Order: sequence, then structure tokens, then C-alpha cells
Amino acid sequence: MIAVLLGTAALVVLFGLASLLLARAPGVSHAVGSVGIAAASLAGLAATISALVLGDASSITLPWNPVIGASFSIGFDPLTGFFLLPIFGLSAVCAVFGAGYLSHGYPGRGTGAHWLFYGLLVSSMALVVLARNGVLFLVAWEVMSLSSWQLVTFEHEREETRAAGLTYLVATQIGTAFLLVMFLFMGAPGAAGGTAGEAAFLDFSMLSAAGPAASAVFLLALIGFGTKAGIVPLHVWLPEAHPAAPSHVSALMSGVMIKTGIYGIVRVLMILGSPPPWWGWTLVLIGAVSGVMGVLFALAQHDIKRLLAYHSVENIGIICLGLGIGLLGRSYGSPTVALLGFAGGLLHVLNHALFKSLLFMGAGAASHAAGTREMDRLGGLARRMPLTALGFVIGAAAISGLPPLNGFVSELLVFLGAYHAAATGAAAQAAAAGVVAAALALIGGLAVACFTKAFGISFLGEPRTPAAAAAKEAGASMTVPVLLVAAACAAIGLLGFLAIDLMAPLAAAVSGTAVTDAAAVIAQAGPGLLKVAAAGAILVVLAAGLAAVRALLLSRRSVRRAGTWDCGYALPDARMQNPPPAAQYTSSSFAQPLISMFRFPLATHRRWSPIRERFPAEAEFESHTPDLFAQGVFRPAFAGIGGLLSRLRWLQHGRLQLYVLYVAATLLVLLVWKLS
Amino acid sequence: MSETLRAVIQLLAALLLAPVLLGIVNRVKAVFAGRRGSPLLQAWYDVAKLLGKSAVYSRTTGWVFKAGPVVGLSAMILCVALLPWTGAPTLLAFDGDLVLLVGLLALARFVTIAAALDTGSAFEGMGASREAWFSSLGEPALLVGLASLARIRGSLSIAGVFAGSVDLAAPGGARFVSGPAAFGGAGAVFGGASSAFSGAVMILAAVALFIVFLAENARIPVDDPATHLELTMIHEVMVLDHGGVDLAYIQYGASLKLWVLGGLVVSLLAPRTGSWYLDVAVSLAGLAVVAAATGVVESIMARLRLVRVPQLLVAALAMSALGLCLALVGGPGGQLALTAGGTP
Repeated sequence: MIAVLLGTAALVVLFGLASLLLARAPGVSHAVGSVGIAAASLAGLAATISALVLGDASSITLPWNPVIGASFSIGFDPLTGFFLLPIFGLSAVCAVFGAGYLSHGYPGRGTGAHWLFYGLLVSSMALVVLARNGVLFLVAWEVMSLSSWQLVTFEHEREETRAAGLTYLVATQIGTAFLLVMFLFMGAPGAAGGTAGEAAFLDFSMLSAAGPAASAVFLLALIGFGTKAGIVPLHVWLPEAHPAAPSHVSALMSGVMIKTGIYGIVRVLMILGSPPPWWGWTLVLIGAVSGVMGVLFALAQHDIKRLLAYHSVENIGIICLGLGIGLLGRSYGSPTVALLGFAGGLLHVLNHALFKSLLFMGAGAASHAAGTREMDRLGGLARRMPLTALGFVIGAAAISGLPPLNGFVSELLVFLGAYHAAATGAAAQAAAAGVVAAALALIGGLAVACFTKAFGISFLGEPRTPAAAAAKEAGASMTVPVLLVAAACAAIGLLGFLAIDLMAPLAAAVSGTAVTDAAAVIAQAGPGLLKVAAAGAILVVLAAGLAAVRALLLSRRSVRRAGTWDCGYALPDARMQNPPPAAQYTSSSFAQPLISMFRFPLATHRRWSPIRERFPAEAEFESHTPDLFAQGVFRPAFAGIGGLLSRLRWLQHGRLQLYVLYVAATLLVLLVWKLS
Repeated sequence: MSETLRAVIQLLAALLLAPVLLGIVNRVKAVFAGRRGSPLLQAWYDVAKLLGKSAVYSRTTGWVFKAGPVVGLSAMILCVALLPWTGAPTLLAFDGDLVLLVGLLALARFVTIAAALDTGSAFEGMGASREAWFSSLGEPALLVGLASLARIRGSLSIAGVFAGSVDLAAPGGARFVSGPAAFGGAGAVFGGASSAFSGAVMILAAVALFIVFLAENARIPVDDPATHLELTMIHEVMVLDHGGVDLAYIQYGASLKLWVLGGLVVSLLAPRTGSWYLDVAVSLAGLAVVAAATGVVESIMARLRLVRVPQLLVAALAMSALGLCLALVGGPGGQLALTAGGTP
């Protein structure tokens, strides 16, 4: 089965390559790229599901370069399979969406290179989770980073897109540097003997670390993988790169690619074995900070895709809270807490992949139809794009953790882990559980505020601009993917009791507990999730019943349409009927109370023209929330590094002879050092 | 009487009696103001009247506006179904049902805010913004309070956490309910101390819960249910554009919400007698007392200035957090954990 997976991954790249080679015929190239990649990804999804069902545990190892510890070693286990589900599934969906998005959004533009890099991104993500050797992993990791960088800079003629691409490239390279050091810490060169056929020393089965080295590896993994995942304060590239990329690329990167960072952390934790408590504490605190900061910064944004990018930071925080409570459960020897925490955190990986790609696709369709990503220039899209709006509101409710959708199920598992720790654990563990419960609750409350804002301001009310008023529903290639993913969100929400059966063995493998203990977590959470499913079904039936009663009552009575009752204050619009679009609450005014309450971390800049006359003719207001860490930490740090390095500029004067001399001198020094 | 029958009676009684709580609140306010006041069943009369009306919908609104009252009321009915206010376990009870309850409250809030924003009115946008603001602070207060109760009660379900304050039927006379551990083994040695801990945690949680109860139900000092045209308007202004059947759903849903959150406060504080019939009577009396207390608060207090409301909610959160800290020292199931549960 693993050979089939490798084959489909290769096929994805081949379709991308075919798309590039057919660039002379743009229509054919576009079709081959999108449909081919979607079909190959679906084949990969089918292979993943059957491998998961069959309990496949096969692996392939081919010799590569034993001196540097490399071998072409790949393997399949439940963790790999679990991450392959969103990788293949959402790549297919996003490719279909991208087909419509690119041909409508960028007519006449060649997409061959785009599809090649898209294919490379998909198959390198698959290889990242399949790899069982450090060198192979890093190569796949780099291909993933570089191909996604190419996808981000699709609109490379725009200055801000190039700047965003550079930020992303620098961030991802710094992350990789930490990973390189991390693998060197874990690998022991020479242990393998270096003969062909034996395991190379960077094979995952050969990696280990203990004591302080293990803690160093944990921290390196946290920084290296955390940069990709987007934990605070390493998240600064996310709000730059995601708005710059085309929407289906944002969906794939934010939904799926950043999760490879979570995969990396979990894989390293599996290699390292039993954790000291402070690892769990670190993850809990990182999760709490990322979650709360992510949602606060999201709340302050006006650009809908920037808002969604910050929400990815928030959800990575929730995942870290789950993993952290799971690690603490493992450290303090309570398998139920460990299993619930890991199951919740990992299930949230899949759930966030679904609703975040759904939201990015919905936001992409909306901003494409209205010609802007500024929420304060949208409005009234729900009546013009009902299908997209339906998909978006399901995603918005799911990401806010509302029942009966999938976000609630994974957050419930994390909550259960925390409450279980609080009810039964030692004081230290219960304190962490209290932090988790408080952080999750605050995140949940703020997420409702943030997504009622994102949905309400963009899709409801009156259109704020003529462009928004003229918006039309997106084509089927864009609405069908949106609704498909929305249906998946609802399905996992209503069938959460099946999800726990899937998650428990995986969580057992990750937390290093016996599979028999997985029965404990099913016994703990299974019946509850069945009740949650029942409650969800009752909710749907009740709502349908109440709507039917209303329809029945109103069927014989007059149902009129009129203007919104605005307490007599309404200034009529051009048609003298509806509330004036400009008087509606905007995204800034909706979020203002919370923004000014949390002004300490947010530091929103506000500028307005004071009112001086009795009847002011015009007024101005502008607010902008820069990223605290980008402005306060990274910009000064990089400026400092740049200043230091510019002192060495005298070495770089452009004389070729002297450059040759540098090379010769370096060689000589190396030679002397080696001989002595 | 079988458990199922009790659960069904508990649910139906709640659905029927919930609007009466509003009647009690208004009657108490009327007495304070020297008026005779409206009938106790006025809320039911209002719902019946509204159900008979025809409808006017704004041209600006769409399906989101129509979905709001329907989904909101459905969520509230489910919340009532989750509430074991008489002490009998509900049909939907499970370990962690309190998270579902909080999630359903959030769902109702989400659809109400969305429906308000669908009207395009600045008034309703203002109410929606404030509702999102206050509830994002109320939710942590509620959930942290629940975590502290989960620890002293050693339980994850509403039925276990809100199992009443004093168990009159317990061996050795009345004592605080604090989980099975307190009744035997090591807990017995520290029985007095652990009861004191449990009592303190419970009182802190109850106060936090009462503040959340007032805020979530849009009562004074957070919001004034009697007005929708003042600058502190929150909940009433959000539903300004709803009428007829939709408004009936919303008002009935509001009375259910009063019942649910009031029921939590009562279940936490009311003593458990051992007899279900007595428990029902005690709980009903307790709910009436909570409603009367709400009326008293509304009669003797002014509404807080808007910027002061978050401070009240943060105070509730602080009390919940303090309760959790005490519960951490108190140990799981109310045992004094200074010896039993230090670092492993």
C-alpha cells in the first residue's frame, strides 16, 4: 500500500509537470493541472483510507548516502495516515476550487508553473509525513517550503506580494536551520557502521536523546516546527503570506501545510519517549498565549484573509493546549488525561484543516466577487452569494467551537482532558488544567465575537460599495468544494462518537500507552459523544420543527417586506427605503470595545480628525493594528543583524582577484588545520 | 417512579414554568415600585399574542435573519433538557455535558448576533457588538467556575457538579456535598477542613455564576430589559427588528435562558433532602428566590455605566479563578491535598 501512496504522490507532481509542458495551450494546461492533481490526490486519499482501515504498517528502505546518514526510508503508521487524510483530501478540493478561482480571477494568465509547484507542494507534504529518515525528511521539508513560497508569490508583479514572500522565505529557512541542528542532536554518526543495507544513522529508528539532550531536542523542535506551525511569537510570516497568496493556496497552506509543524512536534515527542512535566507546561503556556493572542489580533483586522491567518495561530494554540494536557497526563501517569488531550489536539488538526480551508475558500470567493478583501467594503453578500455564505457560516460556527459542528467535538475532548485532570489529578496537573480551561473559554468567547464580525460584516446587512452590490454567486467549481467541506464539518460534528473510535488508537500510539488503555478513553468519552451526536440531531430536528411551525402559522397571514426599523433615525438611501449602507456597524466599530479593552497587547494605532465645527462637513477615522512581535521584536532584531553585518561590507568590494585570494586562503587554512 | 419518567417530568415542567420566572421578577419590581404588577403568566400571554400575529420582514434581511430565532430557541430547549434542576439525571446527561451546555449558549448567541447584523441597522450592530464583548468575558468566568466545582466534586457532569450544597440525608447529619472521597478514608480525617474548602469554593462559584446569570439574561446592572433606546442597550436592541412568531420564539427562549442559568445557581446552593418530591419543591422555591432576588437587584440598583460592566465580569472571572486556586489546595474530591497530592 505504501508503494501506491508513493506512486500517487509522484503522479501529482507528474500532472503538474504536464501542465507546465502544455503551457503553449493555456486551457489544456490549466485543465490538466487542476483536474489531474485533484484526481491523483483523490487516489492518494483512497489509498490512505484503505491503508488506515487495513492497519497497514509497511515501509520501504532504499540505500542513499550512508556517510551523511541518509537513506530513502519511508513508512506508514496511524500518525502518518492521519495526517495524509487532510493532505490528499484537501489538496483535491483546493485544486478544484483553484481551477475556477484562477481562471476567473486571473484571466489570460498562464498557470502551468503554478500547478507544477502546487503538485510539488502536495507530494512533498505527503513525503514529509511518510519520511523515516532525517535527511529525506529535511529534503522533503525544503521542497515543501520552496514550492509553497513560489505559490505565495503567484502575483509577483505586486510589491507587497514579493515582500510577503521574502518574509515567508526567511522565516521558513530559519525554522529549517533549527531542525538541522535538532536532527544532529538526535543522530549518532558511526553507530550504524555505514554499510549499505543497514539503517543509516539518521533513520528515525536510530534517533534518540536522553536527559538534557532530549530537552534540547524538544526546544529545537518547538522552535523549528513551531515556526512552520505558527506559534506565537514565531507566527509573524502567517499574516503576511496568507493574504498575499491566491485563496486556494491560502486554504491549502493554512489548512494543511502548517499542520506538518504539528506533525513534526508529535513525531519528535514519540521518538523522545517519556517527557518531564515542564514540556507539557511549555506546550500549555505556548498554546494559551498563541490562542489568546491569535484571536485578539484576528479581532483587530480589517482584511478578511489576514483575520483568517491570525485565526490559524489561534487554532494552533488550541492544538498545543490539547497536546500539552496530553503530555502532562503522560508525565503524571494518568493515561485517560493523556489520551483525551492527544485525541482532542490531533482531532483538532483535522478539524481545523477542514474549516480553515473552507473559510479561506469562502472568503476568496467573496472577495473575488466584490473585488476587495476589506470587510468594511463588503456586506450584503449572503443574499447575492447564498451558497458561499452558507458554507462560510458553517465554517465560522465550526471554528468558534459551536455544537453540533466538528470544532466543538475536538474542543470538547480537550476540555474533558482538562476537567478530568482537574477533578482527579495532583495540584500541579490540575493547575495546568485550570489554565487550559480558562484559555479555551476565553478563546471560545473571543472567537464567537471574531467570527460573528467576519461573517456579519462581510456577508450580512447592506452592501457597502457598488462592487459588493453587484457581486454574483461563484461558479460551481468554487461553490461545490465549499459545500463539500462544509458537509464534512457537519458530518464530523454529528458523528463525533465515530471519530473517537478512530482517534483513540492513534492517541494511544502517540502517548505511548497500551492500546488496551485506549478502551479507557473510549469508555470515558464515547458515550458522551454519542449524547452530543444525539443533541446535535435533536437540535436539527427542533430547528426544522420550529421553522415548520412558523411557516404553518404564517401561511394564512400577510407576510410583508419593509425597510429595517431604525428607530426613526434612518437616513433613506437612494431608493428611500433601506438603511444607509455607510451607517451600518463596520468591522472596526464592531470590534472596538474588545480592542480597546485589550489595548495592551494590541497597541492599535488610531488616527482621526477632530470635529471642530457645529456641522462638520467631513470626518476621518483610521485604525490599524500592527503585529506586536513583527514590529517590536523581529524588525529591530533584523535591523541590528543587518547593521552588524554591514560592518563587514569592506570585504565585498567587487574585485575578482581578491575573491580568488579569499578562496585560496581559506583552502590553505583548511589544509593546515586538517594536516596538523 | 422511574428515572426516565422523572427526567421527562423535569423537562416538561421546566418548559412550562420557565416564563413564570419572568412574572415573578416583574411582580417583585412592581411591589418595590408600589404597583400591582402584571399577572405571573404575563410572559405566556405575550408569547400567545405574538404567535397570532402576521409578519413584516426587512428587505435587507435574508435567510440568516429567519434562522436566528429558530436555532436560538432550539439551542435553549436543549439547554433545558440538559439541566437536572430537580436532581434527577437528565436524558442527555454525560461526563462533560456542562461543556455542551456552554456551547449551546454560545450557539444561541452566535445566531442572535448574526440575525441582528443581518438587518443592517446601526442600532442592532451596536447591540450585537456589546453582546459579543460581554459574553466573551462571561464565558471564561462560567467555565473556570465549573472547573473549580469539577475539582471539589470530583465529577465532570452537571448532575455531579451541581449536586446541591448540603446533603441532609448524609450519614452523621448535614454536611457539605464534596464528592465521595470526603466521606471516607483520608477525607474523613480532614472532613471539617475539606468541607470548609468546598464551602468557600462553592460560594465563590455561586457568586460568579449569579453575575454571569445577570449578564447573560440582560438584567440590571448589566443591561436593562425595559428599554431598547438607551445608550446601554444590548439584548433588547438586537431583537428590535423581530416581530410576530419570531419575537415569540425569542421571548420564550429568553425565559428558558433565565430558567437554565437560574437553575444552575439553585442546583449549586439548594440542599438535597433525599426525597425527589421534596427536592422538586426545594428547587422550585429556590428558583422563585433567584427570580425574586433578580427583581430586588433591579429595583434597588441602577444600571452600571457601560465601561464598568466588563469590570463586573472580570470580577466574576477573578472569583472563579480564586475558587479554582482554593480547589487546587483542597485537592480532588475535596480531600486536603497538602499531603495527598503534592508533586509525584
